[in-house]
Amino acid sequence: MLNRKSIAVGATLMLLALFPLAGSGFYIELVAKVMILAIFALSLDLLVGYTGLVSFGHAAYYGIGAYTLGLMAPKYEAANFWLTLPAAMLAAGIAAFAVGVFVVRVKGVYFIMVTLAFAQMFYFLFHDTKFGRGSDGISMNFKPIASIGGFTPFDLSNATHVYYCVLVLLVAVFLFLSMVLRSPFGRALQGIKSNEHRMRSLGFPIYRYKLASFTLAGALAGLAGYLSALQFGFVNPELLSWHQSGNVLLMLILGGVGSLYGAVVGAFAFVALTEIFQALTRHWQLLLGGAIILLVIFLPGGLASVANRFRRTLIGDADDA
Amino acid sequence: MNAVAIGIEHGRLHAVLGPNGAGKTTLINLLSGDLDASSGSVIYKGEDITRRAADRRSRLGIGRSYQKTNIFPAFTAFENCRLAAQSRMPRALHLIADAVAFRPVVELADGALEAAGLARRGGRVAAALSHGEQRQLEIAMVLATQPEVLLLDEPLAGMGAEEAALMVELLRKLAPRHAILLVEHDMDAVFAVADTITVMVNGQILESGPPAQIRASAAVRDAYLGTDFTGAVA
Repeated sequence: MLNRKSIAVGATLMLLALFPLAGSGFYIELVAKVMILAIFALSLDLLVGYTGLVSFGHAAYYGIGAYTLGLMAPKYEAANFWLTLPAAMLAAGIAAFAVGVFVVRVKGVYFIMVTLAFAQMFYFLFHDTKFGRGSDGISMNFKPIASIGGFTPFDLSNATHVYYCVLVLLVAVFLFLSMVLRSPFGRALQGIKSNEHRMRSLGFPIYRYKLASFTLAGALAGLAGYLSALQFGFVNPELLSWHQSGNVLLMLILGGVGSLYGAVVGAFAFVALTEIFQALTRHWQLLLGGAIILLVIFLPGGLASVANRFRRTLIGDADDA
Repeated sequence: MNAVAIGIEHGRLHAVLGPNGAGKTTLINLLSGDLDASSGSVIYKGEDITRRAADRRSRLGIGRSYQKTNIFPAFTAFENCRLAAQSRMPRALHLIADAVAFRPVVELADGALEAAGLARRGGRVAAALSHGEQRQLEIAMVLATQPEVLLLDEPLAGMGAEEAALMVELLRKLAPRHAILLVEHDMDAVFAVADTITVMVNGQILESGPPAQIRASAAVRDAYLGTDFTGAVA
């Protein structure tokens, strides 16, 4: 039997699926961008919300995923989507693994600072070298083509097709992470977040689990970065900046750390607040900062906790799955 | 800790007594790998494991419980034990299948809960269990890892008389199948279950031997037990 949560998720999915039929081009692109950020936030939630690793350098892997497409895209023809997408995830995953080998050994504020330091190194690698084409980044002349043996199931130069492609990947990432969190691996990560010392004394090789989580989160961030490059047709070093790492952390805080729904809601809330405040004033960042401070004070569990509180108060826990 | 040599064997329960600050918990920490030894060695089944990390020692078969309850408070009692049992699961980095689908792990967890007297409490969140039940859960988690050696740090601490009696009964049942090192302040319990007792004072061994020897030792009475101690009847 369907519970209320399934109905709410189904209705949201239906809304998102039907949105392009009603929305204008601008809003279709905007919602697609938000869904890409939601994938990015989901990837960070695996680290922050479920492994207890607060990374302040997650944008590095987002940027590496984006740059993989920028660097692989031929000048005079379209890149192949089916080739470049896994390549972007692989590149981001390898980078995350290489960084993770060092950073998952440290904890707390040291972990935050070391992840930031590595992200800044990647930022300057793309910003200050010919390899990354400097601060201007790379513009792609053609959008990737999703062709398999002459058959092209969707057209990535069409904003609506990109929208649906992103929606499918968002759902896939959400389902994948839901599955991972229920798996022995995911349960162990949550155990590490809850009580790392006891997990070690029970015999869990903590380092390996953290490294695997860091690598997986990096690869998923790379997927989000790839989709961003695909949508906008260019990449620049700002994709790897600490602002971007901060923004995705804010999305999690807004939505609720340790909740996959929260990560998605947080991405939507972050972009909605940004858009609303930008329309109101040039000093929109002041308003955004104020809104986040208020939310942290009055809703420490994020927006996802509103739904839970509402359900507990009015409906009860009967179908709390 | 200075010049402490202690041996524990399969099928025997070795208790360690001593006043606060004697080094009992430090001894357990050194054996479990929670503390690195600056000198000396830890030998397990003929192998020097002094430099092995705590997780590796646990996987070798050395399980421990803590003086201060050390569980996963937000998880259910079952999940606490299931996680413990999962640590022995091959292919632990399994990403896809549901964790509760692994029957041998679930059976181990259920068995550990039952052995510790918590069979009916599996579905309760650990933080909502009574102090005594949390101490039982602490032991159940160690049992779920199927250890050969049990290092138990004051398992009766803070327990009521009824819960303590259950725990003593559990220790009796476990003793024939494990090598147990028990640190405990409850004299009645220690003299009731121990095969060997070591008394430590100021990081050194004062006396070691069967309960009767410890009970009769003048040095032990002076330093720890007191002159009016008569010892419990097993």
